[in-house]
Amino acid sequence: MQLTLWTYEGPPHIGAMRIATAMKGLHYVLHAPQGDTYADLLFTMIERRDARPPVTYTTFQARDLGGDTAELFKSAARSAYERFQPQAMIVGASCTAELIQDDPGGLAAALNLPCPVVPLELPAYQRKENWGASETFYQLVRALCTPHVAVPAVPRERAAGQKARCNVLGPTALGFRHKDDLREVLELLRRLDVEINVVAPLDATPHDLTRLGEADFNVVMYPEVAMQAAQWLLRNFRQPVVKTVPIGVGATREFIKEVAALSGADPAPLLNDPRARSPWYSKSVDSTYLTGKRVFIFGDATHAIAAARIAAKELGFEVVGLGTYSREFARDVRDAAKLYGIEALITDDYLEVEDKVAELHPELVLGTQMERHIAKRLGVPCAVISAPMHVQDFPARHAPQMGFEGANVMFDAWVHPLMMGLEEHLLHMFRGDFEFHDGAAPSHLGSAASRPEPAAAPLQAEVALLEPETTAPAAGLPTPLTGLPLAWTADAEKELKKIPFFVRGKAKRNTEAYAGQRGVSSITVETLYDAKAHFSR
Amino acid sequence: MNAVIPLHVEAAGGCSTAPVLKERGQREVFCGLTGIVWLHRKIQDAFFLVVGSRTCAHLVQSAAGVMIFAEPRFATAIIDERDLAGLADAQDELDRVVTRLLERRSDIRTLFLVGSCPSEVIKLDLSRAAQRLSTRFAPQVRVLNYSGSGIETTFTQGEDACLASLVPGLPVPAATAPAQLVVVGALADVVEDQFTRLFAQIGLPAVQFLPARRSDAMPAVGPNTRYLLAQPFLADTARALENRGARRIAAPFPLGVEGTLGWLTAAAAAFGIGAEAVQAATAAPRARAEAALTRHRAALSGQRIFFFPDSQLEIPLARFLARELGMQLTEVGTPYLHREHLSEELALLPSGTVLSEGQDLEKQLDRCRAQQPDIVVCGLGLANPLEAEGLTTKWAIELVFSPIHGFEQAADLAELFARPLRRRALLQAGLAA
Repeated sequence: MQLTLWTYEGPPHIGAMRIATAMKGLHYVLHAPQGDTYADLLFTMIERRDARPPVTYTTFQARDLGGDTAELFKSAARSAYERFQPQAMIVGASCTAELIQDDPGGLAAALNLPCPVVPLELPAYQRKENWGASETFYQLVRALCTPHVAVPAVPRERAAGQKARCNVLGPTALGFRHKDDLREVLELLRRLDVEINVVAPLDATPHDLTRLGEADFNVVMYPEVAMQAAQWLLRNFRQPVVKTVPIGVGATREFIKEVAALSGADPAPLLNDPRARSPWYSKSVDSTYLTGKRVFIFGDATHAIAAARIAAKELGFEVVGLGTYSREFARDVRDAAKLYGIEALITDDYLEVEDKVAELHPELVLGTQMERHIAKRLGVPCAVISAPMHVQDFPARHAPQMGFEGANVMFDAWVHPLMMGLEEHLLHMFRGDFEFHDGAAPSHLGSAASRPEPAAAPLQAEVALLEPETTAPAAGLPTPLTGLPLAWTADAEKELKKIPFFVRGKAKRNTEAYAGQRGVSSITVETLYDAKAHFSR
Repeated sequence: MNAVIPLHVEAAGGCSTAPVLKERGQREVFCGLTGIVWLHRKIQDAFFLVVGSRTCAHLVQSAAGVMIFAEPRFATAIIDERDLAGLADAQDELDRVVTRLLERRSDIRTLFLVGSCPSEVIKLDLSRAAQRLSTRFAPQVRVLNYSGSGIETTFTQGEDACLASLVPGLPVPAATAPAQLVVVGALADVVEDQFTRLFAQIGLPAVQFLPARRSDAMPAVGPNTRYLLAQPFLADTARALENRGARRIAAPFPLGVEGTLGWLTAAAAAFGIGAEAVQAATAAPRARAEAALTRHRAALSGQRIFFFPDSQLEIPLARFLARELGMQLTEVGTPYLHREHLSEELALLPSGTVLSEGQDLEKQLDRCRAQQPDIVVCGLGLANPLEAEGLTTKWAIELVFSPIHGFEQAADLAELFARPLRRRALLQAGLAA
């Protein structure tokens, strides 16, 4: 058993729902107890969908367990077919139905429905949501494309003068900015003279999936969802996979080159799109203060890796932490972390993430809905870059992450929670300004955004940061060589308070580390400035 | 319960003998785990540990919205493959998880082990675990167990199961103690305080509430206890109280002016206090509520309303909306109809009201579309899709999460229904301009 207060991913059948809800003409019959219909409101509320997900739940109750739950499943499947007349169906079990072992696949096959029925095996006690989405999409592609596979798979030949055609794979329901990303990617492909064969799963029908083999290559927008299916298409239809995920200016340029190589178009006109404003914004002098800002990044693997690259190479931040809850992609995130000389955090326990954020004292957190709350608790600015997210991250406006417009959107979103450069400088000048104090937020965020009171059980580090009067050493401090506890003199404490709060945590940590290394047990004003000199490179 | 053929005499008696459409099929409802969302706020030193799957954790977190982040007093012990492999070790695992949890949260006094569909299906004996852990952590922490599984409970029945689990451990009053009134059902703190003041003015001081706000303040129950249900979904709790010798005071539920007055009057009568004393004590709040309701009556009168089943509050709500605001009831669906507890309510419902118990979702949606009601009360899985079809909706869960009981909240309750209608009119006019 795993003690869980919060989960980054739902169970795998939620992933299957994300595929079914994204598609048209597909229906999902889910063997599940009463109550599992809660999942509908993720789609109708968080994503504000205007129709129910195409899912029929058997919603068995205790009184059905003694009877024939298999019969219940069959009648639910039969009536779902009659009512919705789907082109294809997927059938499977939720975690509870997995335990009662009714075999939805076998039961549905026995019904002999006049449409393809794809059975799903989604082990609810081992796997999670993204795996479920990936597996569902893969099983659908496999089942619907197999009749069209030539054996052995033959290399694709494009007739002279024929445009290159590709499939775009990955966007789902309940995906972080999937719809807006898709618009950007389709526009890039159009300008590279590529014809779109099928976009899937979003808005695709089962019939569309049968045509996947007709494309020259595949663009995988979200590896978490579509890489498994793309690899199968590669093996069976010899379709190359465009692996670059175009999040960030650099990645978008690489994507353009990669697609151009496959389509035969000239990438040059696209590489410096005048609509790409973020490079100039980043270069402009007001952004100088962003240099070396310490950023902590956590999310799904794709978004975390992309965000780290943008943060380090396009905004000039220092990436101090990088992690993911996507265990399937742990290796990719570990490799990415090495680029920044750090070790990746692979965990689905938010308490571990919280501890890491507290330990690192970043100046900006880029993460999920959960990191937004962790950052709020610790009083650190934050922007959301990845699922899971809340309703406010399904904005009404066009807000992609991909392509040049996506880079513009991210520049705004990441810089917005930070204090403006000029404001930060003036605060350094006029310490203890009467309108600015530890509880004040950046002035453009309004008074409502003031830092909340620390939670009932604040972290040790947080206590130490907010109440320097406590002379007890905080947990996790370096033990000085003298073996004596570190203590701040009253004067040094006062001096520390004059340092603006958004860099005070760093100053305090640096000073204590410096004192610890040198065996200084009593931190004076001198120590503070010695440490400042030592760390200013 | 056998359906009685309705007499064609439109006698007073409302829907007491009305037939109820009983349906079975797909049910779009929450499971009882959802009760944790408000129960953990009500009992301030209790912790709710769901023993279930990732689905359970995901549900509670989805239902709790952003509350999950205020260091909530609920969590899930997620069952994994190793637990499914052998039962013996599941109990050890539970001990480990609970020990870790209680080390982290020394402020917890009551720990509820909450059963789920997976734990019930694999027959994980949580009651035994609760007894064992209670022994280990006594007297600091009491460990109780109830099931909030979807296979056994629907939405608010989770509260019923939770309160029923508290009853056997309630203290016993002294043999010589005077008769005591206990109000049963989690109410908003502000409502509880209002009722406490009203009871005192009526002449019933020291009324107690189940659940109390803290574990050490739970009421004593014995043969001299009279209890009054504040919520219509407390069948098991009532049975557990009866087993302890307590006796129920039959009353309508305290929604709206009429319901609240009837509820207080019944309680007073049980203690030998006449109706005129109640009338006198409640005159001011009643007048306030009446005046406030007048404003909403203009907006709601004549509007046709359809209830999908959700919380068992549907029948008292329908009674309030029909009798005090002049709304017309098309169909009143409820997940479960407790005839005895709702007998006063059924008698007050306009005769001829279509009642349904249980659900076959697609068929009920067909009926709803055919009726084209002015407003539909339904869950969040249906609300936006129905709005997109042109119907106006009021999402039902808010009726459980908002203070709606008593005189001072009567107008707030009406406002919950008036607002979607007003908004629709505003937006239509705004776009037409």
